[in-house]
Amino acid sequence: MSPTFLIFQLLNGITFAALLFLLASGFTLIFGLMRVVSLAHGAFYLVGGYIGLTVIRATGNFFIGMIVAAVAIGLLGLAIERGLLRFVRGEELRQVLLTIGLAFIMADMSLVIWGGDPVSIPAPDFLRTSFTVGDLTYPKYRLFVVLVGGLVAAVLWFLQNKTRLGAIIRAGVDDIEMVDALGIDIKLVFSGVFLVGAALAGLTGVMGGAFLSLYPGADSEILLLGLVVVIIGGMGSLEGAVVGSLVVGLLDTFGKAFFPELAYFTIFGPMAIMLALRPSGLFGRIK
Amino acid sequence: MKRLLTVFMIGLGLVALAACAAPGPAAPPTAPATQAAAQPTAAATQAASGPIKIGIMAPQTGTLAASGKDMIDGWNLYWTQHGTKVAGRDVQILIEDDAGNPDTALTKARLLVEQRGVDMLVGNLAANTGLAVADYAKGNGIPYFLPIVSADDLTQRARIPNVVRLAGWTSSQTTHPMGEWAAKQGYKTAVTLAQDYAFGQESIGGFTQTFTENGGKVLAQLWNPIGTPDFSTYLAQIQSQNPDVVFVEETGADCGRFVKAWNDFGLKGKIVLLGNETLVDQSLLRGMGPEAEGIVSIGKFAEGRDAPETQSFVSDYDKAYKLLPSYYAVNMYTAAQLIAAAIEKAGGNVSDHAAFVKTVQSIEITNTPLGPIKTDSYGNPILNVYLRKVAKRPDGRLWNTVTFTWPSVSQFWTFDIASYLKQAVYSRDFQPGFNATDTLKK
Amino acid sequence: MSERWGKLILVLVLLALAVAIPYLTTSFYVNLFTEVLIFGLLAMSIDILAGYTGLTSMGHAGIFGVSAYVVGYTLTKTTLPLEFALSLGIVASILTAALFAIIAIRTTGVYFLMVTLAEGMIVWGIAYRWASVTGAENGIRGVPRPLFVHEYWQFFYLVLVVFVILSAILYRLVNSPFGLTLKGIRESESRMRTLGYNTALHKFIGFTMTGFFAGTAGALYALYNGFVSPSAVEFAKSAEEVLMVIVGGVGTLFGGVVGAAVIIFTRNIVSLYTSRWPTIMGLIFVVTILFARNGLLGAVRSLFERIVQARRGRIESTEEVVTEGTESIEKRGAATHLEN
Repeated sequence: MSPTFLIFQLLNGITFAALLFLLASGFTLIFGLMRVVSLAHGAFYLVGGYIGLTVIRATGNFFIGMIVAAVAIGLLGLAIERGLLRFVRGEELRQVLLTIGLAFIMADMSLVIWGGDPVSIPAPDFLRTSFTVGDLTYPKYRLFVVLVGGLVAAVLWFLQNKTRLGAIIRAGVDDIEMVDALGIDIKLVFSGVFLVGAALAGLTGVMGGAFLSLYPGADSEILLLGLVVVIIGGMGSLEGAVVGSLVVGLLDTFGKAFFPELAYFTIFGPMAIMLALRPSGLFGRIK
Repeated sequence: MKRLLTVFMIGLGLVALAACAAPGPAAPPTAPATQAAAQPTAAATQAASGPIKIGIMAPQTGTLAASGKDMIDGWNLYWTQHGTKVAGRDVQILIEDDAGNPDTALTKARLLVEQRGVDMLVGNLAANTGLAVADYAKGNGIPYFLPIVSADDLTQRARIPNVVRLAGWTSSQTTHPMGEWAAKQGYKTAVTLAQDYAFGQESIGGFTQTFTENGGKVLAQLWNPIGTPDFSTYLAQIQSQNPDVVFVEETGADCGRFVKAWNDFGLKGKIVLLGNETLVDQSLLRGMGPEAEGIVSIGKFAEGRDAPETQSFVSDYDKAYKLLPSYYAVNMYTAAQLIAAAIEKAGGNVSDHAAFVKTVQSIEITNTPLGPIKTDSYGNPILNVYLRKVAKRPDGRLWNTVTFTWPSVSQFWTFDIASYLKQAVYSRDFQPGFNATDTLKK
Repeated sequence: MSERWGKLILVLVLLALAVAIPYLTTSFYVNLFTEVLIFGLLAMSIDILAGYTGLTSMGHAGIFGVSAYVVGYTLTKTTLPLEFALSLGIVASILTAALFAIIAIRTTGVYFLMVTLAEGMIVWGIAYRWASVTGAENGIRGVPRPLFVHEYWQFFYLVLVVFVILSAILYRLVNSPFGLTLKGIRESESRMRTLGYNTALHKFIGFTMTGFFAGTAGALYALYNGFVSPSAVEFAKSAEEVLMVIVGGVGTLFGGVVGAAVIIFTRNIVSLYTSRWPTIMGLIFVVTILFARNGLLGAVRSLFERIVQARRGRIESTEEVVTEGTESIEKRGAATHLEN
């Protein structure tokens, strides 16, 4: 087992974790404040990716695609929150089922609109090459994903811990009635959070589309991984999303390398153990 | 409360009575034996007038929907070109969505056969849907033609007489020549990478057996789960083995991800890559970029094959659907060609199921888009296998061109059929020459 | 009194209709009805949890599938007799349910959803990956149907008999002191705990019992299809089952069957006109959740109650109040009795 091999696998794990974090962060943000388990998050990812692809094909610019996808999915999320979820606020089961229904519709409609052949989003030219250190060759695009992941984590951390908005959200997580009583328009905050969470999924769709490609079923595959991340990390916790992503990313990579027989169990196993010992996850609050 | 219980008891009694009384005169359509016996006569009386009904099943929703659409498009293209009147009878086509799900496929097969009264079933894509329907067809004798499903044993050790692969293939049919070819090119060592399920295992089994029989050595076999998001970890393992050649089987979205990763991690050009048919099938090439150019693979269809029968099909398909045809499309098209020829030969009489299956198996056509094709006595096609290379067309699209042709390849390759059938079906634990003794080795 | 007789007549009429089905329609539809009964049974088992304890399981396809797989495996890979295979399957489901319960009942609300969803995912992962036992993607094929129910209509009657017996048991169960305690937990767990009930134990037993019903349904399903594949345990199946419960009406017990019938028949009828079933199903989700909050049976029931009440209001208001009063006191007494 050469050190290059280990470094290489470590990089693989971290870059994959960064993508998982991007998805899980939005999911956990929405859950943290609103207690909404948005199972439409995978569909947001997929539709975001497809929108990004369409824009990138038209403009030739990857970053415009990223922005348009994030905005479009953010607005879609806002419409869903205002138009549908609002009517079942506080009813957890109904919320979950509503998002499942929406996920079915979005996935099927994107099949109609974009067809079902797997497509991969072209990464920007300057990221399409690899760099070489010693006998290690590594694609630049994957490091770009880590960069974006880190950036999003930093921004979210700053927003949550250093701003008034963050204070409101943190307070809202603990006691929504209290925040409401203080005269803060919590409904507006709800909508804003849902918008941001959905936008993050849309953005991730473009990032992931260039990495994992887009195809029907990509929505549920990524959602599954995202759920494992938040179950291990703890639902509603940003730190949990970071740690959970790293755990899943590294386990997946090293698991496949060292225990190829157990390819799925390296992910499901830890989740099962976590469920048995601590159903609220590493950083989740007991409820 | 007690009264309710009483009612339930009475209800149970009723059910029991009905169950006992069922075979009586007012009985529902009775045993399949009598049904089967009754069917031909009933069908024969209406044979002269009614249309021939063909039930098509293909995934139209879910993960496999795009390939399912190719199947339907290919099938429909034949009938639009040639009309739906064969041997003086109308051919009626009923298409159902199997959703790529075996439970749905079974329900749809029941619907087509029992409710719509089709004369034959054609299609299904995923092996598990095909196997579910094959078991159903086994029970009632309905002719069932599989142009896509390639599970080896269906036409080998677990043959069902009325289940025939028309213009189809077994998983290892194309990889046998590939292994031998690779060894004869002078490649000494190989690593294989494939999806960890029957299709992958059978494809790799074929390659491994002929590669090792011809002096090659398989250093390692890697198995990735279907739907592997990230191939980087496997690439690292391939690099650390440093083989002369890597043989890869993937399907669906895994293909694009593998090819991209292979390129991104700088392995392209460093290690020789050989693919199976599905790795760079046209359905996936459409979504790939320049990274796919130059990939060498093995297949029974090459859309870039320089023969008039292939090129006229490719350009007709392109005109009709604005796409180059995938193997899903061409197999269904060719199946339609064979079925039409069989109906013609049978004089429009398809009501005797066993006889019709026999007629279908006797058809031989030399100019299908796949090349010459006939069916062996086990119900599997004998057809050309091509060594292919991904190239760019003048219009910028990618396609597979032919660099070498093996004519008339059987599912048994050059092996003695009886001893081949004595050998187990390829699986993860049975890879002759790698983890099992090769009893066929000459 | 009239309401009870109404119910009795309704049950009898429905039963008679069910018995007549094979005489009235074709094999294809009889098979669909068989499916409705099997999935209706599964939906009812989910409804015991969702409707009577307020805990909605998103992983019940996993419990259902364990039995299907065990039955499939036993019947194809061993020479053990049918009765043994079926019992083994059902026991395996009960054990799985117990295991699910141990982890899940520590949580409530949305956490319960997530935990059960994850548990279902684990079963799916095993079905998909443990190839030597489960046959992975291709599943277990060639599960033989016993000779005495070989015909589609014989099998329908078998399923019908099982269905009637099990739904009678379920009906007894939810109206038993135990069922009332579960309801009490749904209304206010803390109050029940204060009253001295071991709520965790009740929830555990309730969850584990659903394993029996889901397991029976799974065993029947293995025989019905003749094969078992991961599609029987996937998340979409669990979600569809919960949708059946919701469409029929949560907490109505028999709503599950109504929901199963609606979903299964809609799917097969819709396929005549469009292949966009996932979209249609998504719309059913959204519309039911937003507009038919109590489901179909819930809507019918409230309509029925309104009619009955209107009539009672005129004729026998006093009598009814008295009877109902005594009945609930009796039940409460019985519930307390169990506890002591």
